[in-house]
Amino acid sequence: MPETAATESAEQRAPKIATGDRAILPEGARTIPIYVMGKKYDVPETLTIMKAMEFAGFKFIRGAGCRGGICGACPTVYRKAGDYKLHFGLACQTVVEPNMYLTQIPFYPANRTSYDIEEIEPTAESIHALYPELFRCVACNNCTKACPMDVEVLDYISALKQGDIEEAARLSFDCIQCGLCASRCMGELPQYHIAQLARRLYGKYVAPRAEHLRKRVEDIESGKYDNILKQLLEMDKAELERRYGEREREPDLAPPGEWKPKEIQYL
Amino acid sequence: MPIKISPKTVDKKFLEKLERLSGQKVHQCFQCGTCGGSCPMGEHMEALPRKIIHMAQLGMAEEIEKLNTCWVCAACHSCNVRCPRGVDLPRVMEAIRLMTLRKNNNYIEPSELPAETVKECPQIALVASFRKLTS
Amino acid sequence: MKVSYYPGCTLKTKAKNLDDAAVASMAALGIELEELPRWNCCGAVHSLADDDLIHQVAPVRDLIRVKEQGRDKVLTLCSMCYNSLARANLLMRDDEEKRETINLFMDEEMDYAGEVEVVHFLNFLKDEIGWDKLRDQVKVPLNGLKVAPYYGCTLQRPRDVAIEPPGRFELMTQFLEALGATAVHFPAADLCCGSYQILGNPDAAKDAAATILEWAEKAGAEALVLSCPLCEFNLGKKQGALFEEEKIMKMIPTFYITQLLAIALGLNPQVCHFELNDQASVLLLKSKGYPIEFERDAA
Repeated sequence: MPETAATESAEQRAPKIATGDRAILPEGARTIPIYVMGKKYDVPETLTIMKAMEFAGFKFIRGAGCRGGICGACPTVYRKAGDYKLHFGLACQTVVEPNMYLTQIPFYPANRTSYDIEEIEPTAESIHALYPELFRCVACNNCTKACPMDVEVLDYISALKQGDIEEAARLSFDCIQCGLCASRCMGELPQYHIAQLARRLYGKYVAPRAEHLRKRVEDIESGKYDNILKQLLEMDKAELERRYGEREREPDLAPPGEWKPKEIQYL
Repeated sequence: MPIKISPKTVDKKFLEKLERLSGQKVHQCFQCGTCGGSCPMGEHMEALPRKIIHMAQLGMAEEIEKLNTCWVCAACHSCNVRCPRGVDLPRVMEAIRLMTLRKNNNYIEPSELPAETVKECPQIALVASFRKLTS
Repeated sequence: MKVSYYPGCTLKTKAKNLDDAAVASMAALGIELEELPRWNCCGAVHSLADDDLIHQVAPVRDLIRVKEQGRDKVLTLCSMCYNSLARANLLMRDDEEKRETINLFMDEEMDYAGEVEVVHFLNFLKDEIGWDKLRDQVKVPLNGLKVAPYYGCTLQRPRDVAIEPPGRFELMTQFLEALGATAVHFPAADLCCGSYQILGNPDAAKDAAATILEWAEKAGAEALVLSCPLCEFNLGKKQGALFEEEKIMKMIPTFYITQLLAIALGLNPQVCHFELNDQASVLLLKSKGYPIEFERDAA
């Protein structure tokens, strides 16, 4: 009996795509071949590299972390069959493509010097002295091409050679320390460690301080709020509930700086 | 000091590689010595540039690699503008350096430079010396 | 008039005196030096191996930045940067095979074929402004200042990028004379200062520097004028060490070309950042009695 739209069964309405949560795929779900360490596996086409490898039976004990594209544990290098070009990405974020040749880089040995952030002088020269290999950079741009977070690696390394810590801190902000840049570097620089030092120096010594925060901490430490905190802690539940219900609140659309509560003794 | 030269001692591979890397024909040199006379670092070289070229002409690879000449060279190009035969000597020196450097040897070690030196040196000195003296 | 400007890494920190004085002087002469956006280190030295293309990438990338700005000229001061950029430029212009390979490798940038001209500060001054016009703009003639023009290696060698024929020192001489100073010729004007060997073989570099300073002193120079931060380091900052090691008998102050230019144009001495020079440099200028207020605050 020919099937019409009206007589479609529930089974036929079910999606034909694989979601990776079942080892046995729904009928009609499409799989594609990928190559892990040179061996071919057929995996559902909708999965990320990480899920596809787990589908194929691999268990990650290294090189997996947040699975959300921010911890930098799963950098992956891959090629596509028939092409020389290398591609880079995070395994938890990149969707598989047919005939991908994959490899994971869970740890790439990049030099990290030790320093005392309290003792260090916040100048570019300190960074130069700790990482003299910075001057081995030949501006080949392999690092920028490898970055899965689109960080302008060459630009921040350039900025540090030029002595601009602030610019380097700004440009390297999105770095997740995955290590792909260092793995591709001709000059053997540990770009992400150098950037980390720049950001630490910037945050600790160079960035302007938040004045209002400093003042508030001073107020607290001077005991300005001790009294009201004590009162609140000593209140009984009924009184707390009453006060809470009767609290004053700034109206949502009040222009900034204009509204003041009636009770101002605690400000 | 007598040195024995024979077809056996001439390292042809070395000569071919030298000429390929530098793009220079070392046999064009007729040993006038102007290069050595112009060289500002000559006093500190174990053998002047002229002698190095002569050794290259005779394929004396081992002897050249023992001498410090190419490592003291500052790539100033004084020899280059004065050579009457148009031999680009800086390129020959670079080729000799690269034959050692490309085997993953560094002449200076960036990590062994004293911190004060790195801090006070102009960046161009660090970049230039790493390019010329490290692999 | 706006000109693309490539300062080089050292000018942003240790050679701020060369950089700031240049920008201020040019502004006073009606020219805005516009620093290139996103420039990277030029590599400082030109790679001399026939098969080595990766070391050409750094300067070529900077030349592409100039092309991206729609400009056909880039001005530079640091002698090493000038040499590195100019030689890379010639390579891209003349060698078709290497040009293709480099462009293919730099697939994230636009193609480059040597469309930009690399110009050194001195040639720019001579061609765009001219010595006569410069003389007219001088407010504080540097009369009585006996300066030895020091070129170093990279401005005149190799021949194909020389700012003037090797062995002729007219550019700096005419420059100094336009400022009212006396140019003192000496045989070591283009002798190498030791360059990067200050790191590789420091004794050899120091001897080379000492030779130059001795010749300058013998010729009667009161000061040396230079265009390169590495020359300034080997001949200027290292003079104390040379004097202590008794390699030289007398110390001679050093200046950058743009510092003398800024002073002669009557600009605020603050732009010259004399605190980065040896104190002797300032003392020499003060001893000449020029009408300059050295302690003037940056207004």
